[in-house]
Amino acid sequence: MNGGAGAAGTTVAKGSSQAGGRHRDDRLHKALPTLVGIASVIGFFLVAELLIQFGVLNRFIIPPPSQILGSFGRVITEEHVFSRFLLTATECLTAGVMITVIGVAVGVAMHRFKLFQQACETWAAALASAPMVLCYPLFLVIFGRSAWTMIIMGFVSGLPPVILKTIEGMAGIRKVLINVGRSFNLTRSQQFWKIQFPAALPSIFIGVRLGLIFALINIVGTEFLINFGGLGQLIEDLAERYDLPGTYAAVCFVILVSILFFMALEKAERWLIRAD
Amino acid sequence: MADTGRLRSTAVGAPGWVSPVTLLRVVIILTFLAVWEFLSHSGWLYRDVVPSLVRIAAALVDLLTHGEYYFNLGVTAAEIGLALAIGGSLGIVVGIVLGANRFLTKAYEPYLYYLGPTPKIIFFPIIIMWCGVGPESKVALGALSCFFPLALSVAAGMRQIDKVLIRVGKSFRANSWQMVMKIYLPAMRHPLINGVRLGFGFALIGTLLAETKLSNMGIGFLIINAYSTFDMPRMYAMLIVLFVLSIGANALIGRLGGIESIKRR
Repeated sequence: MNGGAGAAGTTVAKGSSQAGGRHRDDRLHKALPTLVGIASVIGFFLVAELLIQFGVLNRFIIPPPSQILGSFGRVITEEHVFSRFLLTATECLTAGVMITVIGVAVGVAMHRFKLFQQACETWAAALASAPMVLCYPLFLVIFGRSAWTMIIMGFVSGLPPVILKTIEGMAGIRKVLINVGRSFNLTRSQQFWKIQFPAALPSIFIGVRLGLIFALINIVGTEFLINFGGLGQLIEDLAERYDLPGTYAAVCFVILVSILFFMALEKAERWLIRAD
Repeated sequence: MADTGRLRSTAVGAPGWVSPVTLLRVVIILTFLAVWEFLSHSGWLYRDVVPSLVRIAAALVDLLTHGEYYFNLGVTAAEIGLALAIGGSLGIVVGIVLGANRFLTKAYEPYLYYLGPTPKIIFFPIIIMWCGVGPESKVALGALSCFFPLALSVAAGMRQIDKVLIRVGKSFRANSWQMVMKIYLPAMRHPLINGVRLGFGFALIGTLLAETKLSNMGIGFLIINAYSTFDMPRMYAMLIVLFVLSIGANALIGRLGGIESIKRR
């Protein structure tokens, strides 16, 4: 009896250890592509380092990755990266608020007045595909070499997706929800704030996310082009001083900031869709 | 009844040959032009910031009747075309390779996905080091700009291809080239055209921005030159022509790719 129980116990233990092993294998199998991706990036930098150290690649054109890594600290402390980051973030935030308030209001108005929507929706779509960033000399003349030029650049380029996605969100509200509101005798304002706006929120947020991405791209780009402001100017400054490791480090820093920004927006969007 | 109502509303709202939408569009455009003209004469803004419509129209005529503009337009068009050819073909190849292999998708697509929306103009100082200050650097920035949207769009398109089509290709023992040309590309026409349209937009922006930053020819150079000499009517004229051309080219790519017929289906 005991022996049987022991055997059964051993079998169960073996089974659970097998299951644990399989679970570990599964996890490793799932993580393998990510690990290969990370290893490839590290490998790429190692090969670049070796090619530069052995003189195959010109170190006056491509500085060794170790030197770029080493200059990160210097760039952060000596070039006031955080105050520059705050400036770019403030510009982006201001443009983001303007995009959201005006874009959503225009989108809702266009959805409400169908004739207005039919007349102007194609214009908004055309604006979305137009190279608005080339208007920066125009805004330079109007607003001068100031943060407002960057903010307006961000605003102009980020507005069309918010308008288009707000219209899409408002048009996609399920009829049932509207009927529920009607059956509760909600006023027009209540209908909008309690039913329509929350239902359209995920789509509106997609528009705001796209708008913020366009705004960030254009703000950093304009800062670089007119050599004024935050992170974009940092790259231009370092490049003009021919501080190559610093320039590469600053470019990496801007890429890192943009990636973190997009990831945060994506997380917020997922949270919003789940909450919906 | 309904038809009669519709007829009556058209008759009351607008002349029979103009739809209310067209009428509203005309009203909006006329209002915009009137406000512009009023601002240009009001003296509320700096002189020349909002030049009168007559001066802009004159600058537009002057621009379009000068051979110099067409030479610069040709330079920019060649740079954009080359950028789209290089970045686009690389993007299509990378997209097909990534989209066809789940492992590679998981390993490398996140890098493309997150690098895609970063502002590419920040790479310009590095590109100048690599390619010099001539048109090559503009082509390189344009190619870099259009590579990401095309690669991501093609990779997504590859994953949407009907598995039956792929099995049909394999059952005919099609080699890799035949699979790409006969199965993958025709089956993902829609995402491919969308990718090319996006890629074109990004290549245009990348090339023109590079021209505004450092160049001595091309439309970007002309725009920044007009800004430097404060020739505002000319700058407005160039922006108008550029917007019309870019929106037109975008629509043309969609039409050539038959995107409307795909949508209708």
